[in-house]
Amino acid sequence: MIVLNLNGRQQVVDADASTPLLYVLRDDLQLNGAKFGCGLGQCGACTVMVGGTAVLSCITPLSVVGTRPVKTVEGLGSADKPGVLQSAFIAEQAAQCGYCIAGMMMRAQALLEKNPNPSDADIRQHMSINLCRCGTHMRILRAVRRAADSIKSASTEHPNAQRGA
Amino acid sequence: MASYVVPIFLLLAVLAGCGALGGHGPMQEINPPAPTAFDRAQVRRGQVLASLGDCSSCHTTRNGPPYAGGVPVPTPFGTIYGTNITPEPQTGIGRWSEAAFRRALREGIARNGSHLYPAFPYDHFTHLTDDDIAALYAFVMTRDPVQAKPPPNRLMFPLQFRPLVAGWNMLYLHEGPVTQPSSQNAELSRGAYLVDALAHCGACHSPRNALGAEQKDAYLAGGEAEGWHATALNPKSPSPVPWTVEALTAYLQSGMVADHAITAGPMEDVVHNLSHADPADLRAMAEYIVSRMGPPDGERQAREAAARKKAAQDSLATVQPSSPAPPTDEEALALGGVVYANSCAECHDLGRQFSSDTALRLPLAIALHLPDPRNLIHIIRHGIQPPEGQPGRWMPPFEGSLTDQQLAALVVWLRRQGTDAPPWKDVLKTVKDTGDAP
Repeated sequence: MIVLNLNGRQQVVDADASTPLLYVLRDDLQLNGAKFGCGLGQCGACTVMVGGTAVLSCITPLSVVGTRPVKTVEGLGSADKPGVLQSAFIAEQAAQCGYCIAGMMMRAQALLEKNPNPSDADIRQHMSINLCRCGTHMRILRAVRRAADSIKSASTEHPNAQRGA
Repeated sequence: MASYVVPIFLLLAVLAGCGALGGHGPMQEINPPAPTAFDRAQVRRGQVLASLGDCSSCHTTRNGPPYAGGVPVPTPFGTIYGTNITPEPQTGIGRWSEAAFRRALREGIARNGSHLYPAFPYDHFTHLTDDDIAALYAFVMTRDPVQAKPPPNRLMFPLQFRPLVAGWNMLYLHEGPVTQPSSQNAELSRGAYLVDALAHCGACHSPRNALGAEQKDAYLAGGEAEGWHATALNPKSPSPVPWTVEALTAYLQSGMVADHAITAGPMEDVVHNLSHADPADLRAMAEYIVSRMGPPDGERQAREAAARKKAAQDSLATVQPSSPAPPTDEEALALGGVVYANSCAECHDLGRQFSSDTALRLPLAIALHLPDPRNLIHIIRHGIQPPEGQPGRWMPPFEGSLTDQQLAALVVWLRRQGTDAPPWKDVLKTVKDTGDAP
């Protein structure tokens, strides 16, 4: 048995330590936000956060995750109460087929947690590893910009408000 | 930094002694020539030469306008920014005559008479022929003019004072044609010219002294490139499989060759540029470099045999290391083995999946055989991606996926399983120190 620190809760998993995190999330825990795209760490559809950094969960086995906190798109909010990034993606209608979007959001989340005030160039550079085959990149960039701006305006209005989604 | 202070005073002393401050006046300004003023064939020749000279690596930012400058070049003395070499009259070199351009390449003096810093490899370009300089001039003067001023250099005191470079030039600038190899043949001689003058391979692949000059007695003996180790291109070549002219030509042309390596780091840009060059020129370069490496001696032959034997095993984990593990490494080796098995073996061991045998067999990987682990760490962390829009081999980045401890342990384990070389020292420290590098 392996204990994962998942979206702020302890989660017991019955899986071999060599299993990629993505398989455990989707197959064992029914957290289907992260997607299986290429399985080779090339597309970013499986991006989740581990220890505060965006990682490709298809090439990240449980054995290296350890006790580091794992955050998935389900940890950002729900359909009823979407988080800041989720709201921004909805506002910009940034999804077409939507397959890449959970990964996009988690990569963006990692950026905003480290750098709440990114430049457009920072966003492009940071997001460049995640691919979208529908071609909604411009909307995705706008959504990340919108999320960053709304976090910024929230923190100016309420200086003590928690940053991030 | 302290180690540089003494030599800098020495430089000052040399300068004071020689009193060679004068002698370089400004060159007359010209009106920017129209692009049609140049012969098209000459411009095309200049374009190929600029690729061989890797001009864009320092003069074009990623996704920026070509040759408009602004690329930060890290040196032990601070950061120097590549200049704008488009024919724009105010911020570029639009008002430079061909004579001024030639002087910059040969002597490191800008049109206005001020000294350029030797991060610009004029100590190599000084050997260029008049014809090649004219073609390069025709090429840059026919680019789109771009108004762009690079950020100011950030150099340690007192190097902001450019006349100091005069002292450096007295010591280290040797004008005139390249020294030709003793065995005369046209291809070797062409290779020597391209490697030593235009492609300035030694700028990264030779070690530099405290004043940042290449050590002539250790030419191509391995050096530094933006936080990466630039491998030795002499008999000390670390490649476990000795380079042949065919393999090295393929590498320079495509950035990948079976049983050796795929380019990564600063060499990736170089190879991308070289891919535009004449294949015969790349072969000449390979011929010359392989001749400098010399025929493999007994030690290199033994290293190849050992590496091929290890590489023939299905899994790197089953290789029996040649010496007992240092007790201090036992913990790292245990962890490294697990990381390899779960994160790397899928591609790098045989028989794990359909694509397994297309990844490089790691005992043959040059990165495992280098004097320090930085290149291996960079590659694991950032993976290998072809330049945007280019086809090429691919390895995913493990940044974030692996902790510093796991990455260091993997590196310790790979060195032990993949080579017979002594363990690297302070791997975890190197992992931490390189953490913020791009």
